[in-house]
Amino acid sequence: MIPELGHYALVLALALGLIQSIVPVIGARRRDAALMRLADTTARMQCAFVWIAFLALTLCYVTSDFSVRTVYENSHSLMPLIYKITSVWGNHEGSMLLWVLILSLFGAWVAGFGGNLPATLKANVLAVQSWIASAFYLFILLTSNPFLRLQPAPFEGRDLNPILQDPGLAIHPPLLYLGYVGFSIAFSFAIAALIEGRIDAAWARWVRPWTLAAWMCLTLGIAMGSYWAYYTLGWGGFWFWDPVENASLMPWLAGTALLHSAVVMEKRNALKIWTILLAILTFSLSLIGTFLVRSGVLTSVHSFANDPRRGIFILAILVLFIGGGLTLFAWRAPTLKQGGLFAPISREGALVFNNLFLTTACLTVLVGTLYPLALEALTGAKITVGGPFFNLTFGPLFVALMCVMPFGPMLAWKRGDLLGAAQRLMAAFGVGLVAVAVTLALEGTKPVLAPFGVGLAFYVMVGALVDLIERTGLFRAPLATVRARAAGLPRSAWGTAVAHFGIATSMLGIICAGTWGSERIVEVKPQQTVSLSGYDLTYEGIAEQPGPNYSALVGKFTVREGGVPIGVMEPSKRSFSTRGMTTNEAALMIRGAGQLYLTLGDSKPDGTTAIRLYYKPLVMLIWLGAVVMMLGGALSLSDRRLRVGAPKPATKPALQAAE
Amino acid sequence: MRRLALIALFLTLLPPAALAVTPDEALKDPALEARARTISRELRCMVCQNQSIDDSEAPLAHDLRVLVRDRLMKGDDNRQVLDFIVARYGEFVLLKPRFELRTLALWGLPPAALLAGVIGLIVALRRRRTAATEPAPLSAAERQRLATLVEPGAD
Repeated sequence: MIPELGHYALVLALALGLIQSIVPVIGARRRDAALMRLADTTARMQCAFVWIAFLALTLCYVTSDFSVRTVYENSHSLMPLIYKITSVWGNHEGSMLLWVLILSLFGAWVAGFGGNLPATLKANVLAVQSWIASAFYLFILLTSNPFLRLQPAPFEGRDLNPILQDPGLAIHPPLLYLGYVGFSIAFSFAIAALIEGRIDAAWARWVRPWTLAAWMCLTLGIAMGSYWAYYTLGWGGFWFWDPVENASLMPWLAGTALLHSAVVMEKRNALKIWTILLAILTFSLSLIGTFLVRSGVLTSVHSFANDPRRGIFILAILVLFIGGGLTLFAWRAPTLKQGGLFAPISREGALVFNNLFLTTACLTVLVGTLYPLALEALTGAKITVGGPFFNLTFGPLFVALMCVMPFGPMLAWKRGDLLGAAQRLMAAFGVGLVAVAVTLALEGTKPVLAPFGVGLAFYVMVGALVDLIERTGLFRAPLATVRARAAGLPRSAWGTAVAHFGIATSMLGIICAGTWGSERIVEVKPQQTVSLSGYDLTYEGIAEQPGPNYSALVGKFTVREGGVPIGVMEPSKRSFSTRGMTTNEAALMIRGAGQLYLTLGDSKPDGTTAIRLYYKPLVMLIWLGAVVMMLGGALSLSDRRLRVGAPKPATKPALQAAE
Repeated sequence: MRRLALIALFLTLLPPAALAVTPDEALKDPALEARARTISRELRCMVCQNQSIDDSEAPLAHDLRVLVRDRLMKGDDNRQVLDFIVARYGEFVLLKPRFELRTLALWGLPPAALLAGVIGLIVALRRRRTAATEPAPLSAAERQRLATLVEPGAD
């Protein structure tokens, strides 16, 4: 009964979605307030019905109702409750349901928080949002129904893929989807603006909070995914340039560009057409990512051909929305008025530079991800485009971006003073050079570029601080003035500095962990001690430990630093009998911002075991930097001018006076 | 003893080669081993998704790692080892595709896009600057009209 209820709720959501796709557009054309307002109600109702569907499916998983096919295929009665819940989206059907859940959630938020939007714009936005939602409801109902029953019902499920039985699954996909799907709002706003043929700085102000929120979730989602891969895959890599990762990186790059160009549009009424295009492209890349991951095209062009129904359906959605969006853009964009002139050396110019490099980086990732597929489909030749390619092409673009980054906030709008900015950045240059010198002195010249990378990271970090110091007058003005200025500084300025500091922090972590990490791959006997980077690990032995739905082999290692015990590391291997799979659970020990990383290899009956031990200096900075970036986004989002719901209509002068 | 027997039983159930590079694979000569690791990072494990053989736990990756070390012991230089493996397994194994006719677009597109973007920006800037700073010269009719306005009675 429960799965049928969920199925039915999803059908109802589709029906509402179709109504919302058409009626508000007619209402906006006829300026009929009642028809336009209908979208508010349907958006909320859609959200409610998708929630019902989602909760129904969750209930099936929690109660281990194996008569439902997806539950049978992806769950097990012995799994801990948290994994029973997370396995809802640990498979194709359920993850698509999560996708539309978040989509409908965003739709409901626009309906709820968009009270100050012009009525026609809001109606059109909600309609476009509903076009996307309806397409995906149809996709789920026709090709990926999670509520299908099995007859007769099996007694036990086939278990969730052991690699996914990890807390990471609880956090990573929902955050990633919040990001992916959040960009749909920017897309809907862009399409609605093109339909209306009118766009101004206020548009950017409405779009920016949504984009910012989506970007924050995506940033954190990617970082969490990276950390998850880092501790699960057993050798301490944090980024693999895997197509699935690229699929999430591309919307992030385009979304970052969109955030920056929307600033120009909001402040200076320039780059309007480009911003609209970016909004369309960003969500298009989210769709392409969904297509790549969900259609099976990645494993091989042939596996796509074997079960083409889902792939073709998503491809059709892709063509419809990307093609339709771009066509509408080509048709309507020339009618939009451009405004806001600026000199090349200006804040706008720096943001254009940012956009140029971010979009090129995004294109590089796109080409690198799709090229093998295209080549195989066209010529049958199989090639691989992996990490070394991306490091060589993506790397220089990012370095250029980082070099210019501190200048951006230093330059004035319209016409900036490059020399003045450089003078104010002297401290940053200085610290960067010192960092290069110190790194060279400490680590030598072996990887010749790495010390310069460290210098670059420090330069950007200090550059972000210098910006804040300049604006608050720290070290120059009296403390009271500084405090007043700091309080008066717009939150978005703080956000910029914090986010720029964050990306430099991540960069520092990536360079240090990748360059100066050390490793030992050895076989150890019980009581034998292994040393690495000043840490001594004594192997105490290995023992079996039963888990809820697996049995584990746990090794025990005492860690000493300079003879003083500082803790115990217990790497393990879990064996899942249902799927006959083994997972390697690395033991991690955080030391400062670095980490000791230990995994088990093959063991012999006498207790001898192979181990892989790493010391990764400053590796935590990679993810910490992402968190800092997200906080920067949050600061920006809290800016009163941008807060969801702002700006206040002019009819409330009492509130305006505080500005 | 019973515990050890249990562990032994447990171990036989595990699939083999659960580590990427295993201790017995490593070469005695550290310089040679370092070269082997460098080469391994450029080679793809063919049964995994974009993992290098240096990081992969698959048995096939193990075979390739042994093969790389075998060639190094026979005195091949890095390029020769890669050529040998490509000759056997095809270019699919290279994580960094070689620069050839069929990968021209792959390597060429990113710099071409950057260049196109820069040129496009310069052109747009020029056009805007001329449009903004130098208003279009007066037409003959406008000049005539200006003349009549400035010096009434001249015509």
